[in-house]
Amino acid sequence: MPEQPGRSAIEVRGVRKVFGTGESQVAALDTVSVSIRENEFFTLLGPSGCGKTTLLRLIAGFDFPSAGEILLHGQDIAPLPPFKRPVNTVFQNYALFPHMTVAENIGFGLEMLGKPKAEVKARVAEMLKLVKMEALSNRRTSQISGGQQQRVALARALAPQPKVLLLDEPLSALDFKLRKEMQIELKRLQHETGITFIFVTHDQEEALTMSDRIAVMSSGKILQVGTPWDIYDKPAERFVADFIGETNFLTAAITGMGNGKARATLKSGATIDATVAEGFQPKDNATVVVRPEHAKLTSGKGDLSGTVENIVYFGTDTHIHVRLDSSETFTVRQQNTRSAGCGFERGDKVGISIGNDAAQVLRD
Amino acid sequence: MASRFDIRRQTGFTTIAMICFFALYLPIVTLVVYAFNSGNSIAVWEGVSLRWFYQAWNNNQVVDAAIRSLQIALVAATVATIVATMAALATTRTKPYPGLGFKYAFINQPLMVPEIVTAVALLIFFSRIKIWTGYSGLGYLMAAHTAFCIPFAYLPIRARLESMDLSLETAAADLYATPWKAFRRVTFPLLWPGILAGLMLAFVISLDDVVITEFVKSGGQDTLPTYMLGQFRRFITPEINAISTVFLLISILIVTVFFFISRKKDHE
Repeated sequence: MPEQPGRSAIEVRGVRKVFGTGESQVAALDTVSVSIRENEFFTLLGPSGCGKTTLLRLIAGFDFPSAGEILLHGQDIAPLPPFKRPVNTVFQNYALFPHMTVAENIGFGLEMLGKPKAEVKARVAEMLKLVKMEALSNRRTSQISGGQQQRVALARALAPQPKVLLLDEPLSALDFKLRKEMQIELKRLQHETGITFIFVTHDQEEALTMSDRIAVMSSGKILQVGTPWDIYDKPAERFVADFIGETNFLTAAITGMGNGKARATLKSGATIDATVAEGFQPKDNATVVVRPEHAKLTSGKGDLSGTVENIVYFGTDTHIHVRLDSSETFTVRQQNTRSAGCGFERGDKVGISIGNDAAQVLRD
Repeated sequence: MASRFDIRRQTGFTTIAMICFFALYLPIVTLVVYAFNSGNSIAVWEGVSLRWFYQAWNNNQVVDAAIRSLQIALVAATVATIVATMAALATTRTKPYPGLGFKYAFINQPLMVPEIVTAVALLIFFSRIKIWTGYSGLGYLMAAHTAFCIPFAYLPIRARLESMDLSLETAAADLYATPWKAFRRVTFPLLWPGILAGLMLAFVISLDDVVITEFVKSGGQDTLPTYMLGQFRRFITPEINAISTVFLLISILIVTVFFFISRKKDHE
């Protein structure tokens, strides 16, 4: 995915990070390359241990890559110590200085940069207003709530106007309602400040709702980079499809290509059109994924047929688990209405029709 | 459900506790009481008086020894605390590596080597230096005290550093603080109670030392403890009790301050 030079805020080129020595060597990052655009809300998404925090720490300068380059606006920053990088971090545990007030915390970065007192004061006031913490500026950080600490941590990292803001699972310590509030707050701050945000999370829903683009990571590698829509609807690999949302995997024989789509013949004998990951030429056999909400259950014949095994009610929708005649399982998500039930019962013989643009061929 | 195990309900607990308290404090109470004896005996009570406190105050030998003790303790505790702070930083702000355990042992060595061995070794070592240099001042005592004070200062400082959130220093570096500025603005202010605790512990340990001082001191370099020991070889008057009582008060004062500082650390 080549970018125009100068457009990318951060460019990671062939970065490896190896921990330990000799036998116990572990590659936390295995030759990762990614380009993050200016003014973008970019998310590194993956399960714990996938290397997302390691990548963030390399960009911040808390660790140094074993190989590769990290460019900030075209300049290699990989060898610079953290205090020489115009990049700030919001830490998972906030890491607020307990011996300073809220205002002193926010002003710390500017003070270290040697800004004049008047400028620091004005900027701190501005930041306090931005995160709506004016009333608590003289409090100790131990005297404010978790959500307020989160705001202070954000203001502290934003105050020196970094080129890039790194956020290391900053919402994980907050309860559900506060987390939802902060998600909206973060989007607002990113929009108002125009700073590039690199956000690390293991929460796929959070990633989908907040990001401009997402990089899905697993075992030290970036598997796919794309918009939330791309990642959700056009997963390139099994891991991506499985990690993000629920999905159905079907084995199929590829019988032809046309218009950028593959003709996939399912085990049931039905043939459907399926989109294909960029630059991938499927062979004879492939895995096809269909999201549960993109399939429809019918009492007649469909693309697939099977028996209803279980019905789970979720309020907004109902999940109907079907055992296909080919012995695979398939889940259909059906929107609920007030007036009627889902219209099916356990043990019913059913057909499943797959929409015109519902299937995607995986790369594996 | 059975009630939780509570040591206070165990048979004989109160009795044992009382015996321990008496064994610990009864001798000290006796010592303090006889400091106020108006007679010449440390065992026969004759009446209340501050006579022995006056006498000790006017005894030049006592006052000189006390000043000497304070001088040595002040220098030894200060130097030991500085060294211990640096040692604690070096041993905690690093990734564990082979040989780190050996370094801990090396720093804490004075706690493990029998004091009498250190004392004899220093006596022989310093006597050589005395011959070579001709210097025979308080420097030897200060150096010796500094050496055995280091582990005592080191322990609370290291404990404080280990309980400190490492991400605070990382955050300081992230916010453009150079390593020195990060130390001065973040690490040091948070480490301060540990350093003060180390300083006071070292001070009390130095003030109290007999064995090494007895071996290392030159003529006329008695500290308060060695002076008191010397008095026991002659005749004992309640003057000793009076000096001990003042000594005790100073120690209690320091320990109290120490307690409040370490308590403050927990409430932060």
